[in-house]
Amino acid sequence: MELIILLSIPLFGSLLLALVGQHEWAPEANVFVSAGTFAIGVWLTVYVIAHGPMLVWHEQFFIDPFNVFLVALTSFIGLTTSLFSRSYMRIEANHGRLNHNQLRLYHSMFQLFMFTMLLALTTNNMGLLWVAMEAATLTTVLLVSLYRTPASIEAAWKYFILCGVGIAQALFGTILLYFAAEKVLGSSGTTALLWTHLDDVKDQLEPTVLSLAFVFLLVGYGTKVGLAPLHNWLPDAHAEGPTPISAVLSGLLLNVALYAVVRCKVLVQGSVHSDLAGNLMMGFGLFSVVLAAFMLWRQKDIKRLFAYSSVEHMGIATFAFGMGGPVANFAALLHMTVHSLIKSSIFFTVGHATQKAGTQIMEKIRGLITINPTVGWGLMLGTLAILGMPPFGVFASEFLILITAMRDHPWAIPILLLGLGVAFGAIFTRVQAMVFGETNLQRLPHPPALIPVFVHIAIVLMLGVYIPPHLAAWYREAARIIG
Amino acid sequence: MVNATTLFTQLIEIILAVIAAPLLIGWVNQCRAWLQNRRGAGMLQPYRSIRKLFHKDAVIAANASALFRLVPYIQFASMCLAAAIIPSLWTGLPFAVAADTIALVGLFATARVFLALAAMDIGTAFGSMGARREMLVGFLAEPALLMVFFTASLISHSTSFPTIVETLASGRLAIYPSLAFAGVAFLMVLLAENARIPVDNPATHLELTMIHEATVLEYSARHLALIEWSAALKLFNYACIGLALFFPWGLATNTHNLLDLLLAIPITGLKLLIVGFGLAFIESINAKMRIFRAPEFLATAFLLAVLGLLVHLLLGS
Amino acid sequence: MTLSFASQLINLCAALLLLLSFAMLSQRRVLTLVDLFAMQGCTLFVSIIVVAWSTGQPHLYYSAALTLILKVLVLPIILHRLIRRLGVQWENETLLNTPTTMLLGLLLVIFAFTLAQPISQLANTVTRSTLGIALAVVMLSFLMMITRGKAVTQVIGFLAMENGLFFAATSATYGMPMVVELGVALDVLVSMVIFGIFFFQIREQFDSLDLHHLESLKED
Repeated sequence: MELIILLSIPLFGSLLLALVGQHEWAPEANVFVSAGTFAIGVWLTVYVIAHGPMLVWHEQFFIDPFNVFLVALTSFIGLTTSLFSRSYMRIEANHGRLNHNQLRLYHSMFQLFMFTMLLALTTNNMGLLWVAMEAATLTTVLLVSLYRTPASIEAAWKYFILCGVGIAQALFGTILLYFAAEKVLGSSGTTALLWTHLDDVKDQLEPTVLSLAFVFLLVGYGTKVGLAPLHNWLPDAHAEGPTPISAVLSGLLLNVALYAVVRCKVLVQGSVHSDLAGNLMMGFGLFSVVLAAFMLWRQKDIKRLFAYSSVEHMGIATFAFGMGGPVANFAALLHMTVHSLIKSSIFFTVGHATQKAGTQIMEKIRGLITINPTVGWGLMLGTLAILGMPPFGVFASEFLILITAMRDHPWAIPILLLGLGVAFGAIFTRVQAMVFGETNLQRLPHPPALIPVFVHIAIVLMLGVYIPPHLAAWYREAARIIG
Repeated sequence: MVNATTLFTQLIEIILAVIAAPLLIGWVNQCRAWLQNRRGAGMLQPYRSIRKLFHKDAVIAANASALFRLVPYIQFASMCLAAAIIPSLWTGLPFAVAADTIALVGLFATARVFLALAAMDIGTAFGSMGARREMLVGFLAEPALLMVFFTASLISHSTSFPTIVETLASGRLAIYPSLAFAGVAFLMVLLAENARIPVDNPATHLELTMIHEATVLEYSARHLALIEWSAALKLFNYACIGLALFFPWGLATNTHNLLDLLLAIPITGLKLLIVGFGLAFIESINAKMRIFRAPEFLATAFLLAVLGLLVHLLLGS
Repeated sequence: MTLSFASQLINLCAALLLLLSFAMLSQRRVLTLVDLFAMQGCTLFVSIIVVAWSTGQPHLYYSAALTLILKVLVLPIILHRLIRRLGVQWENETLLNTPTTMLLGLLLVIFAFTLAQPISQLANTVTRSTLGIALAVVMLSFLMMITRGKAVTQVIGFLAMENGLFFAATSATYGMPMVVELGVALDVLVSMVIFGIFFFQIREQFDSLDLHHLESLKED
């Protein structure tokens, strides 16, 4: 029942905003809807923690500790992003970069995107998972080209085509999965595509078919995670879309896509008694880390810089999930959480910084700390956090991943350290130049919404130092499910 | 099995082919004239022009070698041999032992090579140009033709022509997609090799657009008559190959019953009439392609033939 | 090997699908491309009807109806109107010339057939041998998307890829559950609408639908 409410709030919110999105109070309505979603998300989480996994509505939806934590994270970041976008979009409209219709589209698509994310997270049907992932692309693609500049249209087209092709591969993988499942579970109704049933019979599924299916699923959903070499759409979409969209793409979409990959990996690992799935994920993950680290040096646009940083961190998370085992899974889940929080907070500060400076080119942004200390400090702290400095949470997760790798796969350590080190150098030098330095720009007309930024940073700081026992148990449970 | 009956039927087949080939050309031209709303020159016109040519004196260039004089005879002989091998009417022929499809392709290639050599023999510009173009078309068409034969051979487990025909004729009426692909590919090869529109216009007088005609510009009188007759025979042979592979019903297979043998003649004649009309129709609705598009055309034919092969290997049909 | 009449018809449809994919690969006129796509949808429809009739699975009839409405009627009509309004009748440049593209396509078909062999052997449907052809259609559409220079043809390639996937689903598993198929159909329809909006945006910015204009975002 709570699940139905959870899903219908963003859906109806989207419809509502489609009708009233051009009014002055539309951003507040957006925040209100997101707050409602978050409240129900928290309620659901508490319920599942107390009562265990639940199947809803003819077993079509399934909530277990793994996806409920992602549901809570998604709705939380949705709320803070809507708070941020409230002031950001106001400033954009003030500057004349967006008109009423575009704002209407933006607000309604934002809520629709939240709906598709939540649907993808909570569905038990692998086919519906595919439909929701494709729908997520569809809702955001028009938003990437919201500014109607040549670069943004190109970015949106690339995003659409590349993700479309990728998702088509994932569809083929799903078809193969269904094919293997049908032989064991029979084709009566839709039981053959339900993850819970597949999980029960995964050792009876045909290994050759599943390994081929996993390759297609990894390539397909991996495109949406941003794994190299399929990541080409990511920097463009992040750089050219409005900043709140960059924040949700980085913070939410990548996570949900990775969730899809991990669900498939659980099935494949149970069926194929080799480490094919894990090895593939480790390989793609490491390749993403190295590629992103080196690409970071060539970036001139601040949002592209942080987009590549997302690629790198998703690579680390994929690598960790590929390693498997309780510690690595725990670390990967923690990494997903802290990365989403920090990356979205960085994008919030970056959004305001670019609004202030009027440009996204890093060489032209200087002296943020003198113009607006909160923005400057927010960016500095966020960068330190994302680069893995203690005591922030990213350090904790990366440390756990490194020690697991040292124990099981020592050959990966030099590659990981190289990637992390190169990324550190690239990002830190740029950000330091931007935050400090001389400038003579004005303050912004509206006060920037920086409470979300500091809330996120505070949470990440806390997670780096002390993980509340409930949360730790929750992560452990999820890690156990992943296997 | 060689005995008097089979030798007799073999001879009849060769003679019928040689006599009927110009008639096929005449029929195609007449159909084309009807489709273009003209009266046409009549179906017997090719006979008249061959007879006219035989009565003329041959004019040969001073620097022509012996090859130049021999090639028309070589051409005619190879086409007659091909006609003897191809089971256009009956399959139980004594020459059947030699009737291998790949050997047939080789036979056509031999004829083409000699024609090209003769074209270059005199040393005129048009002759060399024609020879080059003819060899280009032939070089590209041959793989397609081979692939078509491979498909048919794979279905009937043999490359011997009579065996193929017997297998395909005796099978139940089934839809073979691989043969459908091979059939379309064969049609395209037929158009290319016999210098029909859309690859080459047989009635053109513009030398720079010629492919086949340019190779025979220097021939006159009886040589030209034999070359034209061989071209007609080539078309007749190709048509018979197509009918034998793709529409083999009505051929007298595995039988020495005289009635069956005699019945095969009008059936094949009827099929050739339909083929001729179809050819005229294709020629009327298409325009000649530019020369540089010919490789594309033949690549498509090759592609279709390979597709037919692959589809057969995959689907088993 | 003698096959039942239904199997023969399905094989014929599969062969036709492959032929149509190759025809789309080499076609230069955009309107003919849309017609070829509609023909593909028709062939798909016929094959699903045959499978439904010969195996007695009623939900495939709904599937076939959905295919007919969406892929033979709605999408081609939308595409025709878009093309007319945008004025992009001709496609002039491709990345490679036609014979090379055809040869590449042939290699992809062979690759697809070999890839699908082990799975075909495991299937127990009447249409299992057509899985290789479905995969080949997907790969050929992908090749078409890569080697084309105009936005509209890329989109048609994308839709043709969707066709191939649908045929794969039908041939391997007698179609997916209805809920999933409806979702996929909805996704395709919405994609088409968004593509339409996109074309206008692109044309507005660049005054042409040539994709070379969309290559400026590179690392510099």
